[in-house]
Amino acid sequence: MGKYFDALNEDVRFIEGLKSCMNCGICTAICPAASFYNYDPRVVVNIVQSRDEEKIEELLKSETIWYCGQCLSCKTRCPRGNTPGYIIMALRTLSQKTGLFIYSEKGRQQLAIKRITGESILNIGYCVYPDLVKPEWHPEQGPAWEWVYKHREKIMSKFGANYKGKGPGALRKIDDKDLDELKEIFKVTGNLELFETIEEHSYVKAREMNLAIDETLDNEYIYHISNYNGNNHSKE
Amino acid sequence: MKLEGKKRIWDDYQKEIADNNYYFQRSCIRQNFFPGSEHAFLKILKNELGKDICDDEHHTTCTGIGYHADVVLFETIMTVVARHFALMTEKGYENMIISCVTSFGIYTEILETWKHFPDVLKKVRQHLKKATGREFEIPKNIAHASDIIFKFREEIAARAKYRLINRNTGEPLKIVEHIGCHYSKMFPVHGVGGAEFPYVLQGMVESWGGQIIDYPERRHCCGFGFRQYLVKANRGYSVANSKKKFESMKPYKPDMIVCNCPGCTMFMDKWQYTISEMEGKTYDENGFGIPVLTYEEMAGLVLGYNPWELGLQMHEVQSEPLLDKMGVAYHPDEKYKDAAGNYLGEPAFPTNLKVCV
Repeated sequence: MGKYFDALNEDVRFIEGLKSCMNCGICTAICPAASFYNYDPRVVVNIVQSRDEEKIEELLKSETIWYCGQCLSCKTRCPRGNTPGYIIMALRTLSQKTGLFIYSEKGRQQLAIKRITGESILNIGYCVYPDLVKPEWHPEQGPAWEWVYKHREKIMSKFGANYKGKGPGALRKIDDKDLDELKEIFKVTGNLELFETIEEHSYVKAREMNLAIDETLDNEYIYHISNYNGNNHSKE
Repeated sequence: MKLEGKKRIWDDYQKEIADNNYYFQRSCIRQNFFPGSEHAFLKILKNELGKDICDDEHHTTCTGIGYHADVVLFETIMTVVARHFALMTEKGYENMIISCVTSFGIYTEILETWKHFPDVLKKVRQHLKKATGREFEIPKNIAHASDIIFKFREEIAARAKYRLINRNTGEPLKIVEHIGCHYSKMFPVHGVGGAEFPYVLQGMVESWGGQIIDYPERRHCCGFGFRQYLVKANRGYSVANSKKKFESMKPYKPDMIVCNCPGCTMFMDKWQYTISEMEGKTYDENGFGIPVLTYEEMAGLVLGYNPWELGLQMHEVQSEPLLDKMGVAYHPDEKYKDAAGNYLGEPAFPTNLKVCV
């Protein structure tokens, strides 16, 4: 046993996800990520099954573990009851806790996700909220969303929403007392510590890459990790 | 095989769905992109079916998108979900309805985890107590909101103003359904029809006059992929997977797509627009795209609700061709007015995707 395999075994998702892989490759056949990325979940499972600490460390530093979309189609199909998707989730958590996520282009993106989704959860109690879906960041949302975004103060009540209002309803303002409880849960369960770890390692990497970084979403490093694509991830 | 045997096998693909007295858990994505759908769901339950449902202001996001994008720990999301169970317990309810397929998958995953790892449940109870002072009971019944509409689909059919039938030809509308990966791929036992026989939406469509298209990539993921959409540099993954589905369904000429999951609904809609901009390609014969509806929007249309109050104008693929086929009465002038009747102007036109003017 080694430190990485032991750490993975502390995650119940890893225990549930890894039974015994016979390398049949059904997970790879069904995998949406493997359809387009240079990705093979069978190989990931085989590496962790080998308990080879060096190879597990390579995985934790790799682009590979960030390709999965967590659809969990693999869970339905594995004839041996493994769940490669759960193994990936455990590997990603460990990669962030150990700071190894900054070694890969895709891993470094975790800071952007922490800053956007993570902080939205703590600040307003939603993962997604109309104010955050800015058309300039989301051209794929198209002109209909641009119209909704522009008129959101006026239009949401037509659909029965209680946008930023008190009391129940869609898009209501979540009460500060409820947000305080949510924050306390993040503190007690170690998630604030994870956030700090992601920040600390990202600052080190930003300096190493000579990119400006601050606590906002508007800096060179955030722009780089959100937009840069090395174009060496796909099959062709 | 004898009919009795067939029935016994099919029993394995059914799930128990509570009859009444529900605690409602809203969805971040559904509230954001389809607020009219949650409104219609509550209206159907309260006004059409006379059910008791608690719409509690104190619940928050389940944090599911953060969890599946790996910035929220399993210990954390379990405790957030435990808080929601505590709110439900305090309000005196035992049956939970969840409006989001991602949340639904997470709730089922957590309940299964607690069954297999009692120590984990014990720790979650301690975390919740320490963080909030709250305690909770595990729900008697967990359902996705679509399970409830499925359960009462015949009652809705009996009150239908319109049917899923092409008024011009008399033929059933050809409908693609998409139940979303986390509805039943993780724990098939918690989904109507399991992972093999997706029936929760099909049951509604058949009861309301439509016909389901079974196409090769029916069970393929919409391509959300959490981090694969949230980060701009990764969105190729997301649109490519949706495209795989569109290409597969196109030869069957669907009249509409109906989705279970709010994320899937959004992506199947918005990626049609994106592909039309990138490649000039649309997936219907006339260049309008295939309308993508939530099951609440579909139920709302069947019941005769105003399409503009359901929020169909929020979609990128506009729904007038579908409304015309169904014979739904609507006022084009009201489409872009606010609740007070003030005209807000129209959205810009897409380059290639046709819209009704």
